[in-house]
Amino acid sequence: MTQGQYVAAAYGVVFVFVLAYVAIIAAKLARLQRQTTELLRLAQRRQQPDRETADAGPREVLHEA
Amino acid sequence: MSLLAPVRSLPGLAALTTLLMGVALMLALIVAPEDADQGVSQRIFYIHVPIALTAYFCFALGAWKALLLLARGDERYDLESYVAIHQGTIFGSLTLLTGSIWAKASWGIWWTWSSNQLVLFLVLFLFYCAYFMLRFSLEDGPQRGRTCAVYALFGVALIPVSFLAIRMAQDFIHPTVFTRHGPQMSGSMFTAFCFCWAAVTLLAYLLYRVELAGKRVDANLRELREALQ
Repeated sequence: MTQGQYVAAAYGVVFVFVLAYVAIIAAKLARLQRQTTELLRLAQRRQQPDRETADAGPREVLHEA
Repeated sequence: MSLLAPVRSLPGLAALTTLLMGVALMLALIVAPEDADQGVSQRIFYIHVPIALTAYFCFALGAWKALLLLARGDERYDLESYVAIHQGTIFGSLTLLTGSIWAKASWGIWWTWSSNQLVLFLVLFLFYCAYFMLRFSLEDGPQRGRTCAVYALFGVALIPVSFLAIRMAQDFIHPTVFTRHGPQMSGSMFTAFCFCWAAVTLLAYLLYRVELAGKRVDANLRELREALQ
């Protein structure tokens, strides 16, 4: 190997490390996005029965009246 | 709103780091003159030394955060200490890799066990690698945070030993550039070095902030999941 190739290898190693780090962060971001979507669906599912109960409540009262 | 404030400054910080890194690389690889003694391989110095100094800084930051955890008992310092030490090991492994390449280019060997400063840096690096083994072998909680903080504080004692070993060593392998008489290099070389040091430090700070933000979002999501289920 020539001296120039060693210099390229040293700088290349740093570049690859930074690139790998960015790839790991990107994978983590995708996972967080997936989890956020799951939580959003879970929150919507929980909100749905609550809304149905709230809608049914006053109607029953009116029926009784 | 206040939770998102630290994340908002990250794109600006990333842009500044990219700009500074570009200028630093241009200065190190094109503008700085070739060393009369070592030739072109001396250009590894501009990346190797700033990375090594940043690794020391990250380990010291991890120890400082560990001290704050023990003194104030605030749990957020545990995560900050862990992330700083994680950054330190990343930059530590890069120090070992770039140092080995430089040693091979200049002296024809990848590694020597007879050099105290190389071995001491390896000891420091392995010590902090063991930090993760300790951390992941303990159950999550305040007790783990305190145990890891004490371990991180023990490791910081190795930093001055490793740093001074380079100055005290009398062997041939590791040159001393910064002496009591100032930097032993020309003005343009020193400027290139300063830019590289600033760029690598800023890169480490950016990675530290990104990782910390990711871990905090992760923890918040976990809490949210527990609250919803």
